[in-house]
Amino acid sequence: MEVIQTCHDPIINIDHVSFAYQNKQVLTDFNFCVQQRDFVGLVGSNGAGKTTLLKMIVGLHKPTQGQIRLFGQPLEQFKDWHRIGYVPQKSSLNPLFPATVYEVVKSGLYVRKTMFTRMTKEMLQKVEDAMQALGIENLRDSLIGRLSGGQQQRVFLARALVNNPDLLILDEPTIGIDQKTQESFFQLIFHMHQHHNITFLLVSHDLQMVHNYMGQEPKKQTDRLQLYVRHSHDLQDCRETDLTHTLRHFTNGGL
Amino acid sequence: MEIFTYDFFIRAMIGGVLIGFMAPLIGIFVVLRRLSPIGDTLAHISIAGVALGFLIQVYPLAVGIVMAVLGALAIEYLRKTYKGYAELSIAILMSGGVAFASILFTLGKGFNMNVSSYLFGSILSLNAIDLWMVLSVTIVVYIFVRIFKRELFLLTFDEDAAGVSGLPTKWLNVAITILTALVVSVAIKIVGALLISALLTIPIACSMVLGRSYKQTIALSVLFSEIGVVVGLSLAGIYNLAPGGMVVLTLIACLILILIGRKILRY
Repeated sequence: MEVIQTCHDPIINIDHVSFAYQNKQVLTDFNFCVQQRDFVGLVGSNGAGKTTLLKMIVGLHKPTQGQIRLFGQPLEQFKDWHRIGYVPQKSSLNPLFPATVYEVVKSGLYVRKTMFTRMTKEMLQKVEDAMQALGIENLRDSLIGRLSGGQQQRVFLARALVNNPDLLILDEPTIGIDQKTQESFFQLIFHMHQHHNITFLLVSHDLQMVHNYMGQEPKKQTDRLQLYVRHSHDLQDCRETDLTHTLRHFTNGGL
Repeated sequence: MEIFTYDFFIRAMIGGVLIGFMAPLIGIFVVLRRLSPIGDTLAHISIAGVALGFLIQVYPLAVGIVMAVLGALAIEYLRKTYKGYAELSIAILMSGGVAFASILFTLGKGFNMNVSSYLFGSILSLNAIDLWMVLSVTIVVYIFVRIFKRELFLLTFDEDAAGVSGLPTKWLNVAITILTALVVSVAIKIVGALLISALLTIPIACSMVLGRSYKQTIALSVLFSEIGVVVGLSLAGIYNLAPGGMVVLTLIACLILILIGRKILRY
């Protein structure tokens, strides 16, 4: 059995986790730890279990064995969902869904903590800030289904950033987006990692991009899954500048 | 035009307007989550309950509601059992409901039971107690949608994101299905079991063409639904036709006009 690594400031602890789906073993005795400000790239072919692992981490699937902890708390007791930002696969969007950019970004505020509470002015201001930060304020009243893939991705990123999350989870964020837009999207993500106190978990097919930022050697490997990690000590000190300020500066550069 | 002064017609119109208000409020979630056949299924189960009510001489609408709610729970259960094949649970329960209803109809031949009024709707059949039932369900649906409007939006738009936000997605899903069962059951008497799902879906189909936001889409769907109900019931009253059929045909006429209008105006 593998010895669990020591983990400082753990954000995600995956502890002897197994998962089976309809009698098919997807993950067996999997251990991993994501530390604060890590950038973790989860790579694997289709059916390798990366989406399953991601869904277990965010509580959408239950492990058949083992335990997952978020921010030190067992998943079953975890309540601070507003600390997590989630960017889904673009393919999950129905292009005919009648929602505006503003409505989608605002939905980032709809977390367990805000159920049964009124939206305050400060909260709504965060929606405006996130839209401005990602340069989509002029698309405010556009229907989400009518935007380009790159624009939609910025909308989902803005939604994920509305709560100033400590952990940002991105599930294949660039599928169906052209090469140039993909590159600028990743530049933006890497820039955020270098300058802000955010931990990243990214599921991706794009090995080149993963290697460029996280190196050639996976930190952990199973039969079908590879995890690449760039730790925070590889980076210059987190400047803790205002996220929206940095993003605005960056997106003006032309994402 | 004296039909408009008759008590039974006024009751049907009030009931219809209430149903026209709440059906799209629930229908929007059913349609956007691609569960449109669920309305039909629940109606067919509910009709079996109504028939059972006649047979055992218990208030039929209430038995219909209980059956539809049980059917809703069964759909949720079967959906989990046959994950990825949600329509299978719907097909099983739909035929089960019709089978049960047909047996009960045959058994109840001796009773004074107007089968076609439950299948195609009737403006004669709504009594004061039925109207109170319709009002109660309308209030429950409105309060639920109002309280959970934000959560319902996220659940409908992106169920995974709703789960990651820590929202009680399972509970909300079950609640929507149960409320659909309630809406369908109380609407059966006016619109008819075979046509009720049209009231859940066609107003949404109309508003999705024109709506420029989620909020606007909901508002427009209520508007179209009310046009369908008021115009449809009035025509049914004047020309002595099946009200469910007239409501649905009015809605379809609206949809055709909207689609043609969009083509002409390139909206």
